[in-house]
Amino acid sequence: MQGLIELVQNLGVTADWLAATLAVIVYAVLVFLFLALFALFAVYLERKVSGHIQDRLGPMRVGWHGILQTIADTVKLLTKEDIIPENADRPLFILAPFVLFLGTYLVYAALPFGPNATASNLNIGLFYIIAVSSLVVIGTIMAGYSSNNKWSLYGGMRSAAQIVSYEIPVGLSLLVGVMMASSLNMSAIVINQTTGIGGIGGFLGWNFIQNPFAFIAFVVYLVAGTAEANRTPFDLPESESELVAGAYTEYSGMRWAFFFLAEYANMWIVAVLATVVFLGGWNSPIPGETFVPGWIWLFLKALGVVFIQMWARWTFPRLRVDQLMVTCWKYLTPIAFFNILGVGFWMIFIG
Amino acid sequence: MIKYFTNIKEAIVSNAIGFGVTFRHLFKPSVTLQYPDEKWNLPERSRMRLHMDWEDCIGCQKCARACPVDCIHMTVTKVPRDFDELGKTKNDTQKRLLVEDFYIDLSECMYCSLCVYPCPEDCLYMTREYEFSVYERDDLIADFAPVPEQLMKNAYEAIEEEQRQKEEARRKKKEAAAKKAAAEQAKAKEEPDSKDEE
Repeated sequence: MQGLIELVQNLGVTADWLAATLAVIVYAVLVFLFLALFALFAVYLERKVSGHIQDRLGPMRVGWHGILQTIADTVKLLTKEDIIPENADRPLFILAPFVLFLGTYLVYAALPFGPNATASNLNIGLFYIIAVSSLVVIGTIMAGYSSNNKWSLYGGMRSAAQIVSYEIPVGLSLLVGVMMASSLNMSAIVINQTTGIGGIGGFLGWNFIQNPFAFIAFVVYLVAGTAEANRTPFDLPESESELVAGAYTEYSGMRWAFFFLAEYANMWIVAVLATVVFLGGWNSPIPGETFVPGWIWLFLKALGVVFIQMWARWTFPRLRVDQLMVTCWKYLTPIAFFNILGVGFWMIFIG
Repeated sequence: MIKYFTNIKEAIVSNAIGFGVTFRHLFKPSVTLQYPDEKWNLPERSRMRLHMDWEDCIGCQKCARACPVDCIHMTVTKVPRDFDELGKTKNDTQKRLLVEDFYIDLSECMYCSLCVYPCPEDCLYMTREYEFSVYERDDLIADFAPVPEQLMKNAYEAIEEEQRQKEEARRKKKEAAAKKAAAEQAKAKEEPDSKDEE
Protein backbone atom coordinates (compact mmCIF):
# COMPACT_ATOMS: atom_id res chain seq x y z
CA MET A 1 0.00 0.00 0.00
CA GLN A 2 2.85 2.36 0.71
CA GLY A 3 4.08 1.58 -2.75
CA LEU A 4 0.74 2.51 -4.24
CA ILE A 5 0.64 5.80 -2.39
CA GLU A 6 4.11 6.63 -3.61
CA LEU A 7 3.11 5.69 -7.15
CA VAL A 8 0.13 8.04 -7.02
CA GLN A 9 2.30 10.80 -5.58
CA ASN A 10 4.83 10.32 -8.32
CA LEU A 11 2.09 10.85 -10.85
CA GLY A 12 1.79 14.41 -9.60
CA VAL A 13 -0.77 14.33 -6.81
CA THR A 14 0.88 16.20 -3.97
CA ALA A 15 -1.70 16.46 -1.21
CA ASP A 16 -1.20 13.58 1.20
CA TRP A 17 -4.86 12.92 1.89
CA LEU A 18 -5.70 12.90 -1.85
CA ALA A 19 -2.88 10.52 -2.66
CA ALA A 20 -3.93 8.18 0.14
CA THR A 21 -7.58 8.22 -0.95
CA LEU A 22 -6.73 7.56 -4.57
CA ALA A 23 -4.38 4.76 -3.62
CA VAL A 24 -7.09 3.17 -1.49
CA ILE A 25 -9.61 3.41 -4.31
CA VAL A 26 -7.17 1.88 -6.79
CA TYR A 27 -6.44 -0.98 -4.39
CA ALA A 28 -10.12 -1.61 -3.81
CA VAL A 29 -10.78 -1.81 -7.53
CA LEU A 30 -7.81 -4.15 -7.99
CA VAL A 31 -9.09 -6.42 -5.24
CA PHE A 32 -12.52 -6.50 -6.83
CA LEU A 33 -10.97 -7.39 -10.17
CA PHE A 34 -8.97 -10.13 -8.49
CA LEU A 35 -12.15 -11.47 -6.88
CA ALA A 36 -13.98 -11.51 -10.20
CA LEU A 37 -11.10 -13.27 -11.94
CA PHE A 38 -10.68 -15.71 -9.09
CA ALA A 39 -14.40 -16.54 -9.13
CA LEU A 40 -14.13 -17.12 -12.90
CA PHE A 41 -11.20 -19.44 -12.45
CA ALA A 42 -12.57 -21.15 -9.34
CA VAL A 43 -15.93 -21.96 -10.92
CA TYR A 44 -14.20 -23.52 -13.91
CA LEU A 45 -11.77 -25.40 -11.65
CA GLU A 46 -14.61 -26.66 -9.50
CA ARG A 47 -16.57 -27.96 -12.46
CA LYS A 48 -13.56 -29.70 -13.95
CA VAL A 49 -12.44 -31.17 -10.62
CA SER A 50 -15.93 -32.35 -9.75
CA GLY A 51 -16.27 -33.83 -13.24
CA HIS A 52 -13.04 -35.80 -13.07
CA ILE A 53 -13.77 -37.03 -9.56
CA GLN A 54 -17.05 -38.37 -10.88
CA ASP A 55 -15.35 -40.07 -13.87
CA ARG A 56 -16.76 -37.55 -16.34
CA LEU A 57 -15.28 -34.62 -18.20
CA GLY A 58 -16.92 -31.39 -17.06
CA PRO A 59 -17.41 -28.49 -19.49
CA MET A 60 -15.79 -29.24 -22.85
CA ARG A 61 -17.59 -27.35 -25.57
CA VAL A 62 -17.37 -23.63 -24.76
CA GLY A 63 -13.84 -22.69 -25.76
CA TRP A 64 -10.94 -25.13 -25.58
CA HIS A 65 -11.91 -27.75 -22.99
CA GLY A 66 -14.59 -25.41 -21.67
CA ILE A 67 -12.42 -22.52 -20.49
CA LEU A 68 -14.99 -19.90 -21.48
CA GLN A 69 -17.80 -21.66 -19.63
CA THR A 70 -17.88 -19.25 -16.70
CA ILE A 71 -18.06 -16.28 -19.02
CA ALA A 72 -21.05 -17.87 -20.72
CA ASP A 73 -22.66 -18.41 -17.32
CA THR A 74 -22.04 -14.82 -16.31
CA VAL A 75 -23.60 -13.53 -19.49
CA LYS A 76 -26.61 -15.74 -18.88
CA LEU A 77 -26.99 -14.46 -15.32
CA LEU A 78 -26.70 -10.87 -16.45
CA THR A 79 -29.50 -11.27 -18.95
CA LYS A 80 -31.93 -12.89 -16.53
CA GLU A 81 -35.04 -11.09 -15.40
CA ASP A 82 -34.69 -9.43 -12.04
CA ILE A 83 -37.65 -10.65 -10.03
CA ILE A 84 -38.46 -9.13 -6.65
CA PRO A 85 -41.41 -10.72 -4.88
CA GLU A 86 -44.25 -8.31 -4.34
CA ASN A 87 -44.54 -8.69 -0.58
CA ALA A 88 -40.81 -8.80 -0.03
CA ASP A 89 -39.20 -6.16 2.10
CA ARG A 90 -37.73 -4.24 -0.82
CA PRO A 91 -34.87 -2.25 0.75
CA LEU A 92 -33.65 -5.26 2.74
CA PHE A 93 -34.04 -7.54 -0.25
CA ILE A 94 -31.89 -5.30 -2.43
CA LEU A 95 -29.30 -4.62 0.26
CA ALA A 96 -28.79 -8.20 1.45
CA PRO A 97 -26.33 -9.34 -1.25
CA PHE A 98 -24.32 -6.19 -0.77
CA VAL A 99 -24.13 -6.53 3.01
CA LEU A 100 -23.04 -10.14 2.59
CA PHE A 101 -20.41 -9.19 0.08
CA LEU A 102 -19.31 -6.30 2.29
CA GLY A 103 -18.59 -8.67 5.16
CA THR A 104 -16.31 -10.62 2.89
CA TYR A 105 -14.81 -7.68 1.07
CA LEU A 106 -13.77 -5.87 4.24
CA VAL A 107 -11.49 -8.79 5.08
CA TYR A 108 -9.46 -8.10 1.96
CA ALA A 109 -8.25 -4.88 3.54
CA ALA A 110 -5.99 -6.92 5.80
CA LEU A 111 -5.47 -10.06 3.74
CA PRO A 112 -1.92 -10.48 2.46
CA PHE A 113 -1.26 -11.11 -1.21
CA GLY A 114 2.48 -11.42 -0.82
CA PRO A 115 5.37 -10.40 1.42
CA ASN A 116 4.78 -6.64 1.17
CA ALA A 117 1.43 -6.60 -0.52
CA THR A 118 -1.11 -6.05 2.21
CA ALA A 119 -3.40 -3.06 2.12
CA SER A 120 -2.91 -2.43 5.81
CA ASN A 121 -0.50 -4.63 7.67
CA LEU A 122 -2.29 -4.26 10.98
CA ASN A 123 -0.62 -5.36 14.15
CA ILE A 124 -3.88 -7.05 15.06
CA GLY A 125 -4.49 -8.25 11.50
CA LEU A 126 -5.79 -11.70 12.40
CA PHE A 127 -8.10 -10.34 15.08
CA TYR A 128 -9.56 -7.80 12.65
CA ILE A 129 -10.20 -10.49 10.03
CA ILE A 130 -12.02 -12.81 12.40
CA ALA A 131 -14.11 -9.95 13.75
CA VAL A 132 -15.11 -8.47 10.41
CA SER A 133 -16.00 -11.76 8.78
CA SER A 134 -18.96 -12.02 11.17
CA LEU A 135 -20.78 -9.37 9.15
CA VAL A 136 -21.91 -12.04 6.69
CA VAL A 137 -24.39 -13.23 9.30
CA ILE A 138 -26.34 -9.99 8.99
CA GLY A 139 -26.42 -10.38 5.21
CA THR A 140 -27.74 -13.92 5.44
CA ILE A 141 -30.45 -13.04 7.93
CA MET A 142 -31.50 -10.10 5.77
CA ALA A 143 -31.69 -12.33 2.72
CA GLY A 144 -33.74 -14.95 4.51
CA TYR A 145 -36.11 -12.53 6.23
CA SER A 146 -36.79 -10.16 3.38
CA SER A 147 -37.78 -12.86 0.92
CA ASN A 148 -41.19 -13.20 2.53
CA ASN A 149 -40.89 -16.96 2.26
CA LYS A 150 -41.06 -19.25 5.27
CA TRP A 151 -38.51 -21.66 3.89
CA SER A 152 -36.10 -18.84 3.15
CA LEU A 153 -36.47 -17.67 6.72
CA TYR A 154 -35.64 -21.11 8.07
CA GLY A 155 -32.70 -21.42 5.72
CA GLY A 156 -31.39 -18.01 6.68
CA MET A 157 -31.69 -18.69 10.39
CA ARG A 158 -29.93 -22.04 10.07
CA SER A 159 -27.17 -20.54 8.01
CA ALA A 160 -26.70 -17.74 10.53
CA ALA A 161 -26.54 -20.26 13.39
CA GLN A 162 -24.01 -22.30 11.47
CA ILE A 163 -21.72 -19.37 10.67
CA VAL A 164 -21.86 -17.97 14.18
CA SER A 165 -21.16 -21.34 15.80
CA TYR A 166 -18.22 -22.20 13.58
CA GLU A 167 -16.52 -18.87 14.22
CA ILE A 168 -15.39 -20.28 17.57
CA PRO A 169 -13.33 -23.26 16.36
CA VAL A 170 -11.92 -21.00 13.62
CA GLY A 171 -10.73 -18.43 16.13
CA LEU A 172 -9.39 -21.01 18.55
CA SER A 173 -7.39 -22.86 15.89
CA LEU A 174 -5.91 -19.70 14.50
CA LEU A 175 -4.93 -18.87 18.07
CA VAL A 176 -2.48 -21.79 17.94
CA GLY A 177 -0.52 -20.07 15.19
CA VAL A 178 -0.65 -16.83 17.12
CA MET A 179 0.73 -18.53 20.20
CA MET A 180 3.61 -19.96 18.27
CA ALA A 181 4.50 -16.56 16.82
CA SER A 182 3.55 -14.46 19.86
CA SER A 183 1.92 -11.90 17.61
CA LEU A 184 -1.34 -11.26 15.80
CA ASN A 185 0.49 -9.62 12.92
CA MET A 186 0.39 -11.88 9.87
CA SER A 187 3.84 -10.95 8.63
CA ALA A 188 5.24 -11.88 12.03
CA ILE A 189 3.47 -15.25 11.90
CA VAL A 190 4.99 -16.00 8.52
CA ILE A 191 8.44 -14.85 9.54
CA ASN A 192 8.19 -17.16 12.54
CA GLN A 193 7.83 -20.07 10.15
CA THR A 194 11.14 -19.57 8.43
CA THR A 195 12.91 -21.78 10.97
CA GLY A 196 11.43 -24.92 12.36
CA ILE A 197 12.29 -28.48 13.26
CA GLY A 198 16.01 -28.91 13.69
CA GLY A 199 16.67 -25.29 12.78
CA ILE A 200 16.07 -26.01 9.07
CA GLY A 201 13.70 -23.71 7.24
CA GLY A 202 11.62 -24.47 4.22
CA PHE A 203 8.99 -27.18 4.54
CA LEU A 204 10.05 -28.15 8.02
CA GLY A 205 9.40 -24.65 9.24
CA TRP A 206 5.72 -24.72 8.48
CA ASN A 207 3.52 -24.48 11.50
CA PHE A 208 1.36 -27.50 11.01
CA ILE A 209 4.14 -30.00 11.54
CA GLN A 210 5.89 -28.28 14.39
CA ASN A 211 3.97 -30.20 17.01
CA PRO A 212 1.06 -32.64 16.88
CA PHE A 213 -1.33 -30.13 18.42
CA ALA A 214 -0.67 -27.71 15.61
CA PHE A 215 -1.55 -30.46 13.14
CA ILE A 216 -4.84 -31.13 14.93
CA ALA A 217 -5.46 -27.38 14.93
CA PHE A 218 -4.86 -27.31 11.17
CA VAL A 219 -7.41 -30.06 10.60
CA VAL A 220 -9.93 -28.37 12.91
CA TYR A 221 -9.38 -25.11 11.06
CA LEU A 222 -9.96 -26.73 7.67
CA VAL A 223 -13.22 -28.30 8.85
CA ALA A 224 -14.49 -25.15 10.55
CA GLY A 225 -13.38 -22.94 7.69
CA THR A 226 -15.31 -25.06 5.18
CA ALA A 227 -18.36 -24.63 7.39
CA GLU A 228 -17.78 -20.89 7.54
CA ALA A 229 -17.81 -20.68 3.76
CA ASN A 230 -21.06 -22.64 3.62
CA ARG A 231 -19.60 -25.37 1.49
CA THR A 232 -20.54 -29.00 1.44
CA PRO A 233 -20.67 -30.95 3.61
CA PHE A 234 -22.05 -27.96 5.45
CA ASP A 235 -24.05 -26.27 2.74
CA LEU A 236 -27.51 -26.30 4.26
CA PRO A 237 -28.38 -22.79 3.05
CA GLU A 238 -27.72 -23.79 -0.52
CA SER A 239 -28.72 -27.41 -0.43
CA GLU A 240 -32.16 -26.60 0.79
CA SER A 241 -32.59 -24.82 -2.48
CA GLU A 242 -32.12 -28.16 -4.11
CA LEU A 243 -34.71 -29.67 -1.83
CA VAL A 244 -37.34 -27.09 -0.88
CA ALA A 245 -36.01 -23.54 -0.74
CA GLY A 246 -33.04 -21.81 0.85
CA ALA A 247 -32.10 -18.43 2.11
CA TYR A 248 -31.32 -17.27 -1.41
CA THR A 249 -34.23 -18.76 -3.25
CA GLU A 250 -35.99 -15.57 -4.33
CA TYR A 251 -32.88 -14.12 -5.85
CA SER A 252 -32.34 -14.31 -9.58
CA GLY A 253 -29.73 -13.26 -12.06
CA MET A 254 -27.05 -10.86 -10.94
CA ARG A 255 -28.17 -10.69 -7.31
CA TRP A 256 -27.72 -14.42 -7.01
CA ALA A 257 -24.37 -14.12 -8.74
CA PHE A 258 -23.33 -11.76 -5.93
CA PHE A 259 -24.03 -14.41 -3.31
CA PHE A 260 -22.05 -16.83 -5.38
CA LEU A 261 -19.16 -14.37 -5.69
CA ALA A 262 -19.22 -13.88 -1.92
CA GLU A 263 -18.99 -17.63 -1.42
CA TYR A 264 -15.89 -17.93 -3.58
CA ALA A 265 -14.38 -14.86 -1.91
CA ASN A 266 -14.98 -16.55 1.44
CA MET A 267 -13.33 -19.72 0.21
CA TRP A 268 -10.26 -17.75 -0.80
CA ILE A 269 -10.11 -16.06 2.60
CA VAL A 270 -10.22 -19.42 4.38
CA ALA A 271 -7.48 -20.70 2.09
CA VAL A 272 -5.20 -17.69 2.58
CA LEU A 273 -5.62 -17.76 6.35
CA ALA A 274 -4.81 -21.47 6.44
CA THR A 275 -1.76 -20.83 4.30
CA VAL A 276 -0.48 -17.90 6.32
CA VAL A 277 -1.02 -19.41 9.76
CA PHE A 278 -0.29 -23.09 9.14
CA LEU A 279 1.43 -23.59 5.82
CA GLY A 280 4.20 -21.04 5.93
CA GLY A 281 2.60 -18.20 4.00
CA TRP A 282 4.96 -16.93 1.33
CA ASN A 283 7.98 -19.00 2.37
CA SER A 284 9.13 -21.52 -0.17
CA PRO A 285 9.26 -25.18 0.84
CA ILE A 286 12.91 -25.39 -0.17
CA PRO A 287 15.01 -23.75 2.53
CA GLY A 288 16.86 -20.64 1.49
CA GLU A 289 15.49 -20.46 -2.01
CA THR A 290 14.65 -16.92 -3.07
CA PHE A 291 14.32 -17.20 -6.85
CA VAL A 292 10.58 -17.66 -7.01
CA PRO A 293 8.75 -14.57 -5.68
CA GLY A 294 6.82 -14.97 -2.44
CA TRP A 295 3.37 -14.25 -3.80
CA ILE A 296 3.58 -17.22 -6.18
CA TRP A 297 4.12 -19.56 -3.24
CA LEU A 298 1.23 -17.95 -1.41
CA PHE A 299 -1.06 -18.39 -4.39
CA LEU A 300 0.00 -21.99 -5.01
CA LYS A 301 -0.51 -23.00 -1.41
CA ALA A 302 -3.85 -21.19 -1.19
CA LEU A 303 -4.98 -22.88 -4.43
CA GLY A 304 -4.03 -26.18 -2.87
CA VAL A 305 -6.27 -25.49 0.10
CA VAL A 306 -9.05 -24.39 -2.28
CA PHE A 307 -8.59 -27.69 -4.11
CA ILE A 308 -8.89 -29.54 -0.79
CA GLN A 309 -12.18 -27.76 -0.15
CA MET A 310 -13.47 -28.73 -3.58
CA TRP A 311 -12.24 -32.29 -3.09
CA ALA A 312 -14.11 -32.50 0.22
CA ARG A 313 -17.29 -31.29 -1.45
CA TRP A 314 -17.54 -34.36 -3.67
CA THR A 315 -16.45 -36.83 -1.03
CA PHE A 316 -18.88 -36.38 1.82
CA PRO A 317 -22.64 -36.36 2.08
CA ARG A 318 -24.33 -33.33 3.51
CA LEU A 319 -24.64 -33.02 7.28
CA ARG A 320 -28.04 -32.61 8.85
CA VAL A 321 -28.44 -29.44 10.86
CA ASP A 322 -28.41 -31.19 14.23
CA GLN A 323 -25.32 -33.19 13.23
CA LEU A 324 -23.74 -29.90 12.21
CA MET A 325 -24.38 -28.32 15.60
CA VAL A 326 -23.19 -31.42 17.43
CA THR A 327 -19.99 -31.45 15.41
CA CYS A 328 -19.29 -27.85 16.24
CA TRP A 329 -20.17 -27.63 19.90
CA LYS A 330 -19.46 -31.12 21.14
CA TYR A 331 -16.44 -32.07 19.09
CA LEU A 332 -14.63 -29.19 17.41
CA THR A 333 -14.79 -26.63 20.22
CA PRO A 334 -13.51 -28.96 23.00
CA ILE A 335 -10.80 -30.24 20.68
CA ALA A 336 -9.79 -26.68 19.86
CA PHE A 337 -9.57 -25.79 23.58
CA PHE A 338 -7.56 -28.92 24.21
CA ASN A 339 -5.22 -27.91 21.37
CA ILE A 340 -4.50 -24.54 22.91
CA LEU A 341 -3.65 -26.24 26.20
CA GLY A 342 -1.47 -28.75 24.40
CA VAL A 343 0.42 -26.19 22.35
CA GLY A 344 0.97 -24.10 25.45
CA PHE A 345 2.47 -27.03 27.35
CA TRP A 346 4.53 -28.05 24.34
CA MET A 347 5.99 -24.60 23.93
CA ILE A 348 6.86 -24.30 27.61
CA PHE A 349 8.26 -27.74 28.28
CA ILE A 350 9.56 -28.91 24.94
CA GLY A 351 10.21 -25.61 23.27
CA MET B 1 -17.60 -41.39 27.27
CA ILE B 2 -15.76 -44.08 25.34
CA LYS B 3 -18.27 -43.58 22.53
CA TYR B 4 -17.08 -40.00 22.20
CA PHE B 5 -13.57 -41.12 21.33
CA THR B 6 -14.68 -43.96 19.09
CA ASN B 7 -16.78 -41.40 17.24
CA ILE B 8 -13.74 -39.23 16.68
CA LYS B 9 -11.65 -42.18 15.57
CA GLU B 10 -14.35 -43.41 13.20
CA ALA B 11 -14.77 -39.93 11.78
CA ILE B 12 -11.07 -39.61 11.02
CA VAL B 13 -10.77 -43.10 9.54
CA SER B 14 -13.86 -42.86 7.35
CA ASN B 15 -12.89 -39.40 6.15
CA ALA B 16 -9.46 -40.61 5.15
CA ILE B 17 -10.91 -43.58 3.26
CA GLY B 18 -13.40 -41.28 1.53
CA PHE B 19 -10.72 -38.84 0.49
CA GLY B 20 -8.66 -41.73 -0.87
CA VAL B 21 -11.52 -43.01 -2.99
CA THR B 22 -12.25 -39.67 -4.62
CA PHE B 23 -8.60 -38.97 -5.15
CA ARG B 24 -8.16 -42.26 -6.97
CA HIS B 25 -11.10 -41.47 -9.19
CA LEU B 26 -9.54 -38.15 -10.10
CA PHE B 27 -6.95 -40.01 -12.14
CA LYS B 28 -9.17 -42.58 -13.79
CA PRO B 29 -10.11 -41.88 -17.42
CA SER B 30 -13.57 -40.48 -17.82
CA VAL B 31 -16.39 -42.43 -19.38
CA THR B 32 -18.00 -39.53 -21.18
CA LEU B 33 -18.79 -39.94 -24.88
CA GLN B 34 -18.58 -36.49 -26.43
CA TYR B 35 -21.61 -36.84 -28.62
CA PRO B 36 -21.44 -35.06 -31.93
CA ASP B 37 -17.76 -35.86 -32.30
CA GLU B 38 -17.84 -39.42 -31.02
CA LYS B 39 -20.80 -41.69 -31.55
CA TRP B 40 -21.59 -45.00 -30.01
CA ASN B 41 -21.48 -48.10 -32.25
CA LEU B 42 -24.99 -49.45 -32.03
CA PRO B 43 -25.53 -53.22 -31.83
CA GLU B 44 -26.33 -55.04 -35.04
CA ARG B 45 -30.01 -55.63 -34.45
CA SER B 46 -30.87 -52.18 -33.05
CA ARG B 47 -34.42 -51.12 -33.66
CA MET B 48 -34.14 -47.61 -35.04
CA ARG B 49 -35.56 -46.15 -38.26
CA LEU B 50 -37.64 -48.48 -40.47
CA HIS B 51 -36.61 -49.14 -44.04
CA MET B 52 -38.35 -50.98 -46.85
CA ASP B 53 -37.19 -52.19 -50.27
CA TRP B 54 -39.98 -51.55 -52.68
CA GLU B 55 -38.62 -53.97 -55.28
CA ASP B 56 -39.14 -56.91 -52.93
CA CYS B 57 -42.61 -56.06 -51.64
CA ILE B 58 -45.38 -58.33 -52.81
CA GLY B 59 -48.17 -56.26 -51.32
CA CYS B 60 -49.51 -58.85 -48.88
CA GLN B 61 -50.26 -56.18 -46.19
CA LYS B 62 -49.19 -58.45 -43.34
CA CYS B 63 -47.02 -55.66 -41.92
CA ALA B 64 -49.82 -53.11 -42.01
CA ARG B 65 -52.09 -55.51 -40.16
CA ALA B 66 -49.44 -56.40 -37.59
CA CYS B 67 -48.66 -52.78 -36.66
CA PRO B 68 -50.22 -51.92 -33.25
CA VAL B 69 -50.49 -48.23 -34.00
CA ASP B 70 -51.43 -48.48 -37.69
CA CYS B 71 -48.59 -46.38 -38.94
CA ILE B 72 -47.96 -48.32 -42.17
CA HIS B 73 -50.24 -47.24 -45.02
CA MET B 74 -50.24 -48.91 -48.43
CA THR B 75 -52.32 -48.92 -51.57
CA VAL B 76 -52.23 -52.19 -53.45
CA THR B 77 -53.75 -52.83 -56.87
CA LYS B 78 -54.33 -56.20 -58.51
CA VAL B 79 -52.89 -56.49 -62.01
CA PRO B 80 -53.99 -58.99 -64.70
CA ARG B 81 -52.47 -62.43 -64.57
CA ASP B 82 -50.55 -62.12 -67.81
CA PHE B 83 -48.97 -58.76 -66.88
CA ASP B 84 -45.37 -59.73 -66.40
CA GLU B 85 -43.65 -56.37 -66.14
CA LEU B 86 -43.71 -56.44 -62.34
CA GLY B 87 -40.82 -58.83 -62.11
CA LYS B 88 -39.68 -61.01 -59.22
CA THR B 89 -38.53 -60.31 -55.67
CA LYS B 90 -35.06 -61.23 -54.45
CA ASN B 91 -36.43 -64.58 -53.28
CA ASP B 92 -37.68 -65.37 -56.83
CA THR B 93 -41.33 -64.84 -55.97
CA GLN B 94 -43.35 -63.49 -58.83
CA LYS B 95 -45.01 -60.21 -57.83
CA ARG B 96 -48.68 -60.23 -58.56
CA LEU B 97 -49.83 -57.04 -56.88
CA LEU B 98 -48.77 -53.50 -57.74
CA VAL B 99 -47.81 -51.57 -54.62
CA GLU B 100 -48.75 -48.08 -55.71
CA ASP B 101 -48.22 -46.28 -52.47
CA PHE B 102 -46.31 -47.27 -49.32
CA TYR B 103 -45.68 -44.72 -46.63
CA ILE B 104 -44.86 -45.10 -42.96
CA ASP B 105 -45.64 -42.33 -40.48
CA LEU B 106 -42.43 -42.38 -38.44
CA SER B 107 -43.87 -40.00 -35.86
CA GLU B 108 -46.35 -42.71 -34.88
CA CYS B 109 -44.03 -45.69 -35.13
CA MET B 110 -43.15 -47.09 -31.73
CA TYR B 111 -40.18 -49.17 -32.86
CA CYS B 112 -41.58 -52.46 -31.59
CA SER B 113 -40.55 -54.27 -34.83
CA LEU B 114 -43.73 -56.34 -34.86
CA CYS B 115 -44.01 -55.51 -38.59
CA VAL B 116 -40.61 -56.99 -39.43
CA TYR B 117 -41.39 -60.62 -38.64
CA PRO B 118 -44.52 -61.26 -40.77
CA CYS B 119 -42.97 -60.04 -44.02
CA PRO B 120 -42.53 -63.10 -46.29
CA GLU B 121 -39.94 -61.43 -48.46
CA ASP B 122 -37.77 -59.75 -45.74
CA CYS B 123 -38.27 -56.38 -47.34
CA LEU B 124 -39.17 -54.42 -44.19
CA TYR B 125 -36.46 -54.09 -41.56
CA MET B 126 -35.13 -51.72 -38.90
CA THR B 127 -31.87 -49.93 -39.54
CA ARG B 128 -29.40 -48.33 -37.11
CA GLU B 129 -30.16 -44.73 -38.10
CA TYR B 130 -31.46 -42.66 -35.17
CA GLU B 131 -30.55 -39.10 -36.04
CA PHE B 132 -33.50 -38.11 -38.19
CA SER B 133 -35.15 -35.26 -36.33
CA VAL B 134 -36.91 -32.74 -38.57
CA TYR B 135 -38.50 -29.35 -38.14
CA GLU B 136 -42.03 -30.22 -39.27
CA ARG B 137 -44.05 -33.27 -38.35
CA ASP B 138 -45.06 -33.95 -41.96
CA ASP B 139 -41.41 -34.43 -42.90
CA LEU B 140 -41.46 -37.61 -40.87
CA ILE B 141 -43.79 -39.41 -43.27
CA ALA B 142 -41.36 -41.68 -45.12
CA ASP B 143 -42.43 -42.63 -48.61
CA PHE B 144 -40.97 -45.94 -49.74
CA ALA B 145 -42.71 -46.55 -53.10
CA PRO B 146 -40.77 -45.05 -56.01
CA VAL B 147 -42.97 -46.56 -58.68
CA PRO B 148 -41.61 -45.88 -62.17
CA GLU B 149 -44.12 -43.90 -64.20
CA GLN B 150 -43.93 -46.18 -67.21
CA LEU B 151 -44.75 -49.15 -65.03
CA MET B 152 -47.78 -47.39 -63.59
CA LYS B 153 -49.00 -46.49 -67.02
CA ASN B 154 -48.50 -49.97 -68.39
CA ALA B 155 -50.15 -51.54 -65.40
CA TYR B 156 -53.18 -49.33 -65.63
CA GLU B 157 -53.43 -49.94 -69.33
CA ALA B 158 -53.29 -53.67 -68.76
CA ILE B 159 -55.95 -53.40 -66.06
CA GLU B 160 -58.21 -51.41 -68.33
CA GLU B 161 -57.59 -53.88 -71.12
CA GLU B 162 -58.59 -56.70 -68.86
CA GLN B 163 -61.68 -54.79 -67.72
CA ARG B 164 -62.66 -54.24 -71.29
CA GLN B 165 -62.15 -57.88 -72.17
CA LYS B 166 -64.20 -58.94 -69.23
CA GLU B 167 -66.97 -56.56 -70.24
CA GLU B 168 -66.76 -57.99 -73.74
CA ALA B 169 -66.96 -61.51 -72.45
CA ARG B 170 -69.85 -60.69 -70.19
CA ARG B 171 -71.73 -58.98 -72.97
CA LYS B 172 -71.19 -61.89 -75.28
CA LYS B 173 -72.27 -64.33 -72.65
CA LYS B 174 -75.40 -62.30 -72.06
CA GLU B 175 -76.15 -62.26 -75.74
CA ALA B 176 -75.55 -65.95 -75.99
CA ALA B 177 -77.76 -66.57 -73.00
CA ALA B 178 -80.46 -64.38 -74.47
CA LYS B 179 -80.20 -66.19 -77.76
CA LYS B 180 -80.32 -69.49 -76.07
CA ALA B 181 -83.34 -68.44 -74.07
CA ALA B 182 -85.08 -67.22 -77.17
CA ALA B 183 -84.20 -70.46 -78.94
CA GLU B 184 -85.47 -72.50 -76.07
CA GLN B 185 -88.68 -70.55 -75.98
CA ALA B 186 -89.16 -71.07 -79.66
CA LYS B 187 -88.46 -74.71 -79.23
CA ALA B 188 -90.83 -74.92 -76.27
CA LYS B 189 -93.61 -73.54 -78.44
CA GLU B 190 -93.14 -76.35 -80.95
CA GLU B 191 -92.65 -79.09 -78.36
CA PRO B 192 -96.15 -79.27 -76.81
CA ASP B 193 -97.49 -80.40 -80.22
CA SER B 194 -95.14 -83.37 -80.45
CA LYS B 195 -95.64 -84.26 -76.86
CA ASP B 196 -99.40 -84.29 -77.19
CA GLU B 197 -99.12 -86.56 -80.19
CA GLU B 198 -97.35 -89.23 -78.17
